[in-house]
Amino acid sequence: MACRWTNDLTKADVTPESLWLNRRQVIGGALGAGALGSIASPTMAEALKLTSWDDITSYNNYYEFGTGKEDPSANAHTLNTSGWAIEVDGMVDAPGRYSVATLTEGLTEEERIYRFRCVEAWSMVVPWNGFELKDILDKVGVQSGAKYVAFETAFRPDQMPGVRYGVLDWPYREGLRLDEAMNPLTMMATGIYGKSIPNQNGAPIRLVVPWKYGFKSIKSIVRITLTDKEPPTSWNMSNSGEYGFYSNVNPTVDHPRWSQASERKIGGGLFNPRKPTLMFNGYENEVASLYDGMDLEKFF
Amino acid sequence: MPVQFINTALRKTPSWLLYVLLPIPGLVAILAGLTGNLGPEPIKALEHELGEFALKLLIVGLSVKPLLHFTRINLVRFRRATGVVAFGYVVAHFLTWFLLDVQLLSQIWSDIVKRPYITIGFVAFVIMVPLALTSNNWSVRKLGHFWRVLHRLTYAVAILGALHYLMLVKGFQIEPLVHMAVIFVLLAVRVPKLRRSIQISLRSLGDKILKR
Repeated sequence: MACRWTNDLTKADVTPESLWLNRRQVIGGALGAGALGSIASPTMAEALKLTSWDDITSYNNYYEFGTGKEDPSANAHTLNTSGWAIEVDGMVDAPGRYSVATLTEGLTEEERIYRFRCVEAWSMVVPWNGFELKDILDKVGVQSGAKYVAFETAFRPDQMPGVRYGVLDWPYREGLRLDEAMNPLTMMATGIYGKSIPNQNGAPIRLVVPWKYGFKSIKSIVRITLTDKEPPTSWNMSNSGEYGFYSNVNPTVDHPRWSQASERKIGGGLFNPRKPTLMFNGYENEVASLYDGMDLEKFF
Repeated sequence: MPVQFINTALRKTPSWLLYVLLPIPGLVAILAGLTGNLGPEPIKALEHELGEFALKLLIVGLSVKPLLHFTRINLVRFRRATGVVAFGYVVAHFLTWFLLDVQLLSQIWSDIVKRPYITIGFVAFVIMVPLALTSNNWSVRKLGHFWRVLHRLTYAVAILGALHYLMLVKGFQIEPLVHMAVIFVLLAVRVPKLRRSIQISLRSLGDKILKR
């Protein structure tokens, strides 16, 4: 069962994207029925104007290919994604090595237009294609004691020039609490704008958690582990004072070195002003209840 | 001697040429930003480019004396231009941050006070103001010995500038560390004892090469 969530935008928000338009109308038609009934205020619609394919695929943080924003698009072509295997282990009923195809076989592929907010205070709106993580986890069977999901990015020194430098403790690792992983918003993306996801954006399969800072949405996943302990995560290991395990988008909790109250949407040119950042990146209705009773300044 | 030849050529080169040439990379970056050729996030790109070029010019300025001491190549006449243009880049960097990046006057001040890397960058900028204002022959004459003491503040400016860079990156990155390391080397070789021992070993090295 997929389609647990529908976009809060109308077709009017879609930037005509010549290649994309026809396909979108088909999918959009299916989703549109639900979307029309939901909130689509003019400000929301404006905020959900899609970032262009060129910007999405040329402004990336993927330190395995270099720390510059253009480095991943320049270097990631060396990543060989053919025969990709994902090791699923830990507290699951059906552990093993899965191809992307077997892991997603029979599941409903969806388009999800999400706001994407980087911890560096820039943002995009990305039309992802992919699957709800819950469907994948249900398929491999999560055992009752599992409380967290850990993810790992590929570590291939021969294909990833950036891992020569100890910018982070490789391989890149991320994790979610199980209820966060099971939330209908959480998805595993295999495409953008209806095309296969480019290497620099995390081919062949990546996580997308739209209410958390972008670095939580780990790329090019080779391992998924179900565990009963909070897994170590790369940026938290690198600097726990600046990057918490949760890393929910929160305009009221600043990064120690910069404000998180506002953000700049990529693609607006030299005179593009900042805009206020929304609580949980605008997904408060969907996810705020996950953190009931938690001090979000402490669990940042 | 090639050094004499180089110095003669340098003496014939007018120093105002640097005031024309050195701002070009910055103007090119601004033009690229205005015409949409500075990538998806032109504001940050411009801000970083201007800041990094300022730091590089400060490093060039700091290399003038060691170059003279160790190779006898004399670029002292050009040092003022590198400093003044570096200040110009810092002003442009600051204005990009203020007018394009943050835009809000209230947040500008709170950032300067609250964010250590911005505080440090701002302090370096403030220190540069009297240095830029006294970068003329009249001030050198008027201030005499005090001018030399005052302009040693460039050492502090360079360190603060590199620290500002080091503190703003995420994770453990090479580039700001290289800048910082170069600055430390350029300052270390100014320590008289170290300078003399380097000069002595360079001279004996030169002798050995000549004898061969």
